Amino acid sequence: MQRLEGLSKLSGVERYLDDEPLEGPLKGCLWGMTVRSPASRGKIRSVSYDPAFDWSQFVVVEPCDIPGPNETYLIENDQPVLAPGYVRHMHEPVALIAHPDRALLRRAVASVKVEIEPDPPVLDFRVAPRPDQIQRGNDNIIKKLQIKKGDVHAAFARAHRIIEGEYETGGQEHVYIENNAMSAWIEDGPNGDVVVVRGSMQCPYYVLNALKHALKRDESRVRVIQAPTGGGFGGKEDYPSTIALHCALLALKARRPVKIIYDRSEDMAATPKRHPSLVRHKTAVDKNGKLLAQYIEVILDGGAYVTLSPVVLSRGIIHAAGPYSCDNVLIEGKAVLTNSVPYGAFRGFGAPQTIFACERHMDRIAHALGLDPLEVRRINLIKDGQTTSTQQTISDGTDRHALLDAALRASEYDRHKRESAAFNASHPYLRRGIGLSTVLHGAGFTGNGEVYLNSKVDVGATPDGKIEVLAASTEMGQGTNTAFTKIAADAAGFVPSDVVIGTPDTFRVPNSGPTVASRTVMVVGKLIERAIDDLASQLGQNGKPLRGPVLKAAITQWHAANPGKELKGRATYAPPPNVKFDDKNYVGDAYATFAWGVCIAHVEVDLRTASVRLLDFTSMQDIGKVINPVLAKGQVQGGVVQAIGWALSEDIKFKDGGMLNNTLTNYIIPTSDDVPPIRVVFHETPYRFGGGGAKGVGELPMDGPAPAILNAVANATCAQAMSIPLTPERLLPLLPA
Amino acid sequence: MQHQAGNISKTGRSATIPIRFNLNGQKVEIAVDPTERLLDTLRYRLNLPGTKEGCGEGECGACSVIIDGLPANSCLVPTFQVRNRIVRTIESIPASSLQPMLETGATQCGACTPGVVVTANWIKENSGVLASHSMRALMAGNLCRCTGYDGIIDGLEKWLGRDGGRS
Repeated sequence: MQRLEGLSKLSGVERYLDDEPLEGPLKGCLWGMTVRSPASRGKIRSVSYDPAFDWSQFVVVEPCDIPGPNETYLIENDQPVLAPGYVRHMHEPVALIAHPDRALLRRAVASVKVEIEPDPPVLDFRVAPRPDQIQRGNDNIIKKLQIKKGDVHAAFARAHRIIEGEYETGGQEHVYIENNAMSAWIEDGPNGDVVVVRGSMQCPYYVLNALKHALKRDESRVRVIQAPTGGGFGGKEDYPSTIALHCALLALKARRPVKIIYDRSEDMAATPKRHPSLVRHKTAVDKNGKLLAQYIEVILDGGAYVTLSPVVLSRGIIHAAGPYSCDNVLIEGKAVLTNSVPYGAFRGFGAPQTIFACERHMDRIAHALGLDPLEVRRINLIKDGQTTSTQQTISDGTDRHALLDAALRASEYDRHKRESAAFNASHPYLRRGIGLSTVLHGAGFTGNGEVYLNSKVDVGATPDGKIEVLAASTEMGQGTNTAFTKIAADAAGFVPSDVVIGTPDTFRVPNSGPTVASRTVMVVGKLIERAIDDLASQLGQNGKPLRGPVLKAAITQWHAANPGKELKGRATYAPPPNVKFDDKNYVGDAYATFAWGVCIAHVEVDLRTASVRLLDFTSMQDIGKVINPVLAKGQVQGGVVQAIGWALSEDIKFKDGGMLNNTLTNYIIPTSDDVPPIRVVFHETPYRFGGGGAKGVGELPMDGPAPAILNAVANATCAQAMSIPLTPERLLPLLPA
Repeated sequence: MQHQAGNISKTGRSATIPIRFNLNGQKVEIAVDPTERLLDTLRYRLNLPGTKEGCGEGECGACSVIIDGLPANSCLVPTFQVRNRIVRTIESIPASSLQPMLETGATQCGACTPGVVVTANWIKENSGVLASHSMRALMAGNLCRCTGYDGIIDGLEKWLGRDGGRS
């Protein structure tokens, strides 16, 4: 089945928010913009408006215009909607301005002066804060978490060798090609006026909750609709709530529709990025490289507010010990407050950072013991019946050793290894090498998260005999609409053209949870199947579900007998049996299931310039049943290339906590000419509790490439790089003279 | 007025002049601030929003158009520069011809896609350039954050009626 909205995207017909004419509800629309902090921490002394402008022609919103609490509703609600007299990061929103003329608005906003009385900011998360830098508790720590299994200290005492390493990863910008975009208008409703917000977003119900909280309205008076969304990668998980609030506040004050479209530089400077990390490993091994104990310390830079850092840290530490069996594991994690833009969700959600450290460290263990990195992995890779760091017993029937062998074959590992040795012996300045990583990724929310979410899906049956899927899960390029259509059509025994995907609109769709955590196809897809079962059972006799043409006929007959009425099937999340997690002590089933993967990178390093070029890359994944091969392959290839950028070139430069290179001219993401074709191989072990047998696919591709590439660079040059992005500037001093 | 830049005052509006050019085979004439970006003229005045803005500084290629037969980033072109010239946008490429790119997964989120298709279509119409440049090098001016490029490259191969990329 082909991507549903594919042709309209290819031909330029798809209308993103900025493409829409200012008609209908947007007639008479104003443009909105944000006045931002020029400093990273301090008291706002004044906000002054240039008298050259006639401000009576503008709509201006300040914190006093917020009807409810000045808080962005998320985990801790510590982030103000507009800075209330004090700023904690550069580019923090201070005031909002709207005007019908976009060019004039830009000039007006640029003329507003925000004066800050500075306090000392925290700009390096790795350094303990001075007393005058403390802004939270007595240590600036946002969240601390621990995983404990066995007795690490006893194991260290009897180890053959103890190997230590310290690994760092930088921030990363999402660079979805459609910048953030939001619109808001006011409608009449039965309980009073309704604030309607429509825009580019991943999680309509996050936006709804944020609006309800800060606008002090119940959900009959707030409506959120997703517009076609040009990419997200986690970057449109939480921040759209802020923009939606800004847009709604302007619309409420102006009593006119308002549109806010960020340009690239504002989007890059002011919105969340991937958490920078520092991970320390101390590992006890026997002489064969068997892991006896892993002590891992994870530190994440959380930025200026809590936002999603506690959950990013959670996923980070759960994935920190890698896909290996080890009896003694101690993982200590903390996310610390700094005065940079808050870091947020990004594909992988903490796992790529800790897996980078783990997989680089596995190679360094091999190096220290004089063993082949492959052998160290073979001896430690988890087998069914063994347990992870949270003591979750793995028993999914996936043969991870077979997966590794298949990846080696698919990548032509032996041939590349042989040829690289011959090449290196003869070339004066180019060096080739091969490296790998073995990874896992838990799909869906962590631990009891899915139970707390209690997600719901409806399927409506239309008078013409079609099924309409009603879910809050959003299409942002990953193929939700196409995958849902296939899953629903298969479940109902319909052809795909008899399935309609309802627009995520909180007045129409129930809360199927956020579009994050590789949960859409696996968790929500399963709910669609169950909702169709419910619908088909309602129409069948004695609860026996109907399928195919019989179901279609029954739907049209029902509507003929009940004109104007609604027919719906419903499902609410139920956890798979025997999944138990103690989320206080981090013991038990952290995820209902894991997807598994192997990455193999073949690189060439130029010893003169210290530049790294990828010659070949293989990503092998077990993601359960593959629902749509073209789309799944596209997800993997896109994730791998995004990870290649994170590994080699995407280097955020900060000055006083603000992003200096907030343009695509000097923040360098890979082009088609920078990457080879990505070999993708799927291994399918269908997962009973996933939609169509699928496990999550979205994030796993991001986890493995960076360590595989650095391991390959070490193999090619002996340069033991410990941090990314591995730009030529960072690699050059490590290269042998 | 104290602060002035060229003919644009800080708070006021700028002057417009009439500009004539050929757009997708049709003659158009529009009164516009001559320094306005062609991207904005196309999107907001001529009602052709298929051309997208990604970065606004000529790096991402989302706003690619063809001017007198050569690809250009319309965010870097002041509208006066297309006076009496021929401009082609994504709207000139029939959707029906794009099936091969659909089959290989050349689009995901779709925000870069019109620019990608404009460049790919240019390569298709000027396939002689492939004798001296690789397809990956020719497509390097169009950033895509979703596909990892293989869907695009394979789609273009297929569009050209060649074997198709390695899968």
